[in-house]
Amino acid sequence: MSLDEGYTTPDGRKIGAVVMEMKNITLRFGGVVAIENISFDIRQGEIRAIIGPNGAGKSSMLNVINGFYHPQEGEIWYKGAQRQAMKPHAIARQGIARTFQNIALFNGMSTLDNIMTGRLTHMKSSLLMQAIWKGPAEREESEQREKVEKIIDFLEIQSIRKTPVGRLPYGLQKRVELARALAAEPTLLLLDEPMAGMNVEEKEDMSRFILDVNDEFGTTIALIEHDMGVVMDISDRVVVMDYGKKIGDGTPEEVINNQEVIDAYLGVAHD
Amino acid sequence: MLYREAGDYKTTYTEDSQTFPIKLDRIGYYSVLIIAFLVVPFVINDYWANAVLVPFLIYAIAVLGLNILVGYCGQLSLGTGGFMAVGAYACYKLMTGFPDLNIFFCVILAGFVTAAVGMLFGLPSLRIKGFYLAVATLAAQFFLVWLFNKVPWFYNYSASGQISSPERTLGGIAITGPHTEAWAKYLFCLVFVFLLAWLARNLTRGNLGRSWMAIRDMDIAAEIIGVNPLKAKLTAFGVSSFFIGVAGALFFAVYLGAAEVGEAFGIQKSFLILFMVIIGGLGSIFGSFAGAAFLVLLPVLLKNVLVGGLGWQTDIAAHLEFVIVGGLIITFLILEPHGLAQLWRIIKEKLRLWPFPH
Repeated sequence: MSLDEGYTTPDGRKIGAVVMEMKNITLRFGGVVAIENISFDIRQGEIRAIIGPNGAGKSSMLNVINGFYHPQEGEIWYKGAQRQAMKPHAIARQGIARTFQNIALFNGMSTLDNIMTGRLTHMKSSLLMQAIWKGPAEREESEQREKVEKIIDFLEIQSIRKTPVGRLPYGLQKRVELARALAAEPTLLLLDEPMAGMNVEEKEDMSRFILDVNDEFGTTIALIEHDMGVVMDISDRVVVMDYGKKIGDGTPEEVINNQEVIDAYLGVAHD
Repeated sequence: MLYREAGDYKTTYTEDSQTFPIKLDRIGYYSVLIIAFLVVPFVINDYWANAVLVPFLIYAIAVLGLNILVGYCGQLSLGTGGFMAVGAYACYKLMTGFPDLNIFFCVILAGFVTAAVGMLFGLPSLRIKGFYLAVATLAAQFFLVWLFNKVPWFYNYSASGQISSPERTLGGIAITGPHTEAWAKYLFCLVFVFLLAWLARNLTRGNLGRSWMAIRDMDIAAEIIGVNPLKAKLTAFGVSSFFIGVAGALFFAVYLGAAEVGEAFGIQKSFLILFMVIIGGLGSIFGSFAGAAFLVLLPVLLKNVLVGGLGWQTDIAAHLEFVIVGGLIITFLILEPHGLAQLWRIIKEKLRLWPFPH
């Protein structure tokens, strides 16, 4: 699978060139090494899973991609150029969106406002224009609302449009968070345990939405997930981490038969 | 029965996101505007203007300003009195330095000066949050009051250390100074209240307002989405201080006429306006008016009842007034911690279904 031009998945989807490449990333917190010399790439249009036991450094990896943490060593290449250390809000403007392990919605706002906030990077009217409101600002608001309504339709959350998100049940909150991330029309979408704490039905819904997003919008998705069934079903390639090191990388079939991965998950007898 | 959205169909997104989606609310809003602009100026007298309406309008502006900072952006500030003083002294310097400058522009410019000062004192908010930020703004409060007391240039080297507003007219009608008519004061303040409330609503409904609320609710997620915390917090400080500066300028020039900084713009003022925000409801424009009305009207009402109605002595009544207002604030906050705005929302919610229980 070392083709530069991408590859074709078993179900016939075309996977393109490399969008993001992590080269020899090392991240330390004082004496603790959270990520040790990890390299992997994410290709255009693929669903890339990052798995591993608790404390393996998966969320830290997403935080590195997001710009919350700056690795001590290594290079990050995004869209063909090496990325300099920059603030998370600047990285958001480059087309990287994410959801959080613990839901991080804006509880004081309605579903609609939460998703509209996701379109922030696409809105241009200045403070003065917004102060006057009539004219450009109002027009822009309506245009963006139309795009947001499409996402609301797509994720089937029309009925909770004006409900404050704090009142929604957990599964729906997760869906609103996905909607907010999608509203940014990201190139790369990072999902941190999108199915944590969900029942089987909700997991099925969420898997369907993730596949649909990838299929309809062509969004590249990198996700962390603990449910192995889901990971094996929906992801194209999997990175396996353990204690900050990469112990496996490849298609779900390759990874699941990797002895090191099996050992990490099931443990090995020490004699 | 009348208060329904049923049958009032919205066919555009603009209509759907209008300020008053229910027809009865719209009628109410326009009626209030008509009464405020066309009826009250003809029936107002000195007592009503000075004791009730003018202070209510001016406090409403300050509360709107502080609500933008505390209620919408989540940055706690105790420097309101100091920022009002900046507005007042900027207005005074402009009025005396440029006697030909229209009083309207003096007030607006004073607002801009305060906005700049507010943004400067808002810089620590990029590093510290919550109570620690409150303490930093408290430092601003004491520093500004000290500054206006210590540097004679600010009060034009007057012997008393006070500032007093010279007479300025607008279209031949006195707005400031001892010869101002009650209705002129009222109308001048009302125009500012109307403009600024409209501005506050516009700024909080759109992109900027959402980025403020995003910072308030979950700053990490906000940054991930692309909100620049520096920009969001500093614009909140700037806009908020603009409102507070205008309120300070009006408070000094139109309402008091003469002011001494420690007395008129001390720490009590900061607390009073913060109480108005909390009692009215954080993050609500209606709440800003409700909170200002509550704390301006209640003491006046109590005084009239106790002294006028029951014939008590003034000093006893004055002390009892503190007890009652304080007690009411505590009771109120326990019963409805989200303020009058939430109470109003619940009433409207119930009214929509009335007379059916569900």
